[in-house]
Amino acid sequence: MSKRITIDPITRIEGHLRVDIEVDGGKVKKAWSSGQMWRGVELILLGRDPRDAWAITQRICGVCTTVHAITSVRAVENALNLEVPVNAQFIRNMIASAHAIHDHVVHFYHLSALDWVDVVSALSADPDKTAALAETLSDWPMNSKHVMRQTQEKLKTFVSSGQLGPFANGYWGHPAMRLSPEVNLLAVAHYLQALEAQRHANKIVTILGSKSPHIQNLAVGGVANPIDTSSQSNLTIERLLAVKEHIDALGAFIRNVYQVDVGAIGAFYADWTKYGAGVTNYISTPDFPTDAKGTQFLVPGGHVPDGDLAQYKPFTQFGDAYLRDGVEESVKHAWYEYSQPGPLHPYKGETKPHYTDFQDDGKYSWLKAPTFYGKRAQVGPLANVLCGIAAGHQPTIGYATKMLDTVSTVLGAKVGPEILHSTIGRHAARAIRCGVMHDVLQQSWQMLVDNIGKGDTATFNKPTFPKGEVMGFGMHEAPRGLLSHWTVIKDGKIANYQCVVPSTWNAGPRDEEDVIGPYEASLMDNPIADAEQPLEVLRTIHSFDPCLACAVHVVDEEQGSAVTVKAL
Amino acid sequence: MRIVVLGVGNILMSDEGVGVHAVTDLSRRFQIPDGVEVIDGGTSGMDCLDRIADADLLLIADCMRSKDKTPGTITRLADDEINAWFKTKISPHQVGLSDVLAACCFHGISPRRVVLIGVQPASFETSLDLTPQVAAVLPQVVDALAAELDAVGVRLEPRKAA
Repeated sequence: MSKRITIDPITRIEGHLRVDIEVDGGKVKKAWSSGQMWRGVELILLGRDPRDAWAITQRICGVCTTVHAITSVRAVENALNLEVPVNAQFIRNMIASAHAIHDHVVHFYHLSALDWVDVVSALSADPDKTAALAETLSDWPMNSKHVMRQTQEKLKTFVSSGQLGPFANGYWGHPAMRLSPEVNLLAVAHYLQALEAQRHANKIVTILGSKSPHIQNLAVGGVANPIDTSSQSNLTIERLLAVKEHIDALGAFIRNVYQVDVGAIGAFYADWTKYGAGVTNYISTPDFPTDAKGTQFLVPGGHVPDGDLAQYKPFTQFGDAYLRDGVEESVKHAWYEYSQPGPLHPYKGETKPHYTDFQDDGKYSWLKAPTFYGKRAQVGPLANVLCGIAAGHQPTIGYATKMLDTVSTVLGAKVGPEILHSTIGRHAARAIRCGVMHDVLQQSWQMLVDNIGKGDTATFNKPTFPKGEVMGFGMHEAPRGLLSHWTVIKDGKIANYQCVVPSTWNAGPRDEEDVIGPYEASLMDNPIADAEQPLEVLRTIHSFDPCLACAVHVVDEEQGSAVTVKAL
Repeated sequence: MRIVVLGVGNILMSDEGVGVHAVTDLSRRFQIPDGVEVIDGGTSGMDCLDRIADADLLLIADCMRSKDKTPGTITRLADDEINAWFKTKISPHQVGLSDVLAACCFHGISPRRVVLIGVQPASFETSLDLTPQVAAVLPQVVDALAAELDAVGVRLEPRKAA
């Protein structure tokens, strides 16, 4: 007999992402992914000055502030065919790559590691054995016996305080938890160290972006950081040197801790390389431009059809026609209505709500269902890493090889990139990309310093808006994948604005042809050991780094009443 | 003494953003002395950890939904009441303000005291403006924040009219 399970919310905050599954014989047979919040930012933007759009769009999401800001200015620049001084590109690249590192590290240690790590079990670990184990994996100085003992003491104090916070009500002791107490303790130690690491990434964003969490330094046409080697208030060499120190601290953590942990934990859960592939049609954008026009990039991107790297087709520049012409969004299963039948291209996109109840065969989500040339596509670090491997991008290949070697060592058997198409593979890809992001951060820093050294201090080209209608789109490879903003500008005012965000690609509902989306597809045949504690669903959905929960931050006095796993 | 005044919420969703509007108005009406940092936290989580860490007082302004309260009702919570509130029944692992506070606690860098000024919303409609009910109490929310600062010996001076 099949059993229906509703998980709402699947993230802490009420009313955002809901996942329904039908389980039969201990496996998922049907799935629905539903965005439960209406995001009407597109309507707020209508009639506004395109130069202000970025400041508004960065409020869409609490975690992805900077990425919406950057994508928005790129959309307007694309519409105006406006070049951006290379200094501005380098500064934006540094903000975006530092943000990506922050996001990837926080995602692994603070959002999803608890799906795999049993924190309570760490209390019974032998700290000396933990240190000995860690030494076989990396030479990170913070893996010492002393650190492990200290971590266990902290954990004891914290647990006995009764305020478990993010650890409260984890699935401790769940049969799907499989790490030894020692590995669990190591992960907890690194959880604490990750807090320190993310502060370095945050500092970089703050120094360059003037303010965090909402950066203030962007402008259509460049950045508002006057470069001045003498003035205190501007971007000085002194500040750039401070940035460099944070960059170096981050690199050590990524290479010696984060990537090693993902490889090792991934190997312990090697069976999860068999689940969660879902949609294997991948798209990602090239990003981190090094020229004014946006035709040269530090990281490639494109289309990998059917998971086949040999068929890789790159996107080559901002405004790429192959990307531009392939995107459509369907609302057949979303709570909107269009003025005409069929899916719509984002330039013609409409945002007219049409709420029904949750209908299994009808409308059930506030997310639209995007397609690329009529097919569903998965976006995210995995898509980006696959494109990098297909394109022969050396940094990607280097970090991927290192990751697969770690997995092979712990597993005692050789594995190849095919394991990446999976739940655990998405975590591995994120850690690989995090290494690439660190290379980008270092390179962009060096390019900026070198360029200033040549006497070029330009950071801004003034935009001018023509009479009549222009349109453009901005693309950015955000931490969760391909993000695009599409805008139509009429007489200098926004006439249409559509955001096609990574979570729309991945979490969208069934499409025009009733084909399921990547979240839904990834859940098919996932094992469910205990329907009351569907940890396995969380593992697969969390591997995408779901981001729908960020738009709202209401505190609810009736705690517990709204957050339930309903097993019907 | 280091004090952090943190406004949280989404200003794209009318009353959801009341916390951000409140701290923005606080800075507009009063001169903010050294030792007091006012942060527009938006809907972010971990990004604020650095500045919350080790504060002597963390003063939060937020939208707070309670049963049976009329829109615009202002509620004050402090210290243990806040912790009790942030306990949830599921394992969601979503980083929000509650997780940032818990992370601070685990790390041993918790703010010494936490006070939350919450405002009952009327609507989460997509809009940059507050609803009239909540807009009407905004000055009181700002006064409440100022009063909390006053209680710990920080008297705010009004800004001179420009």
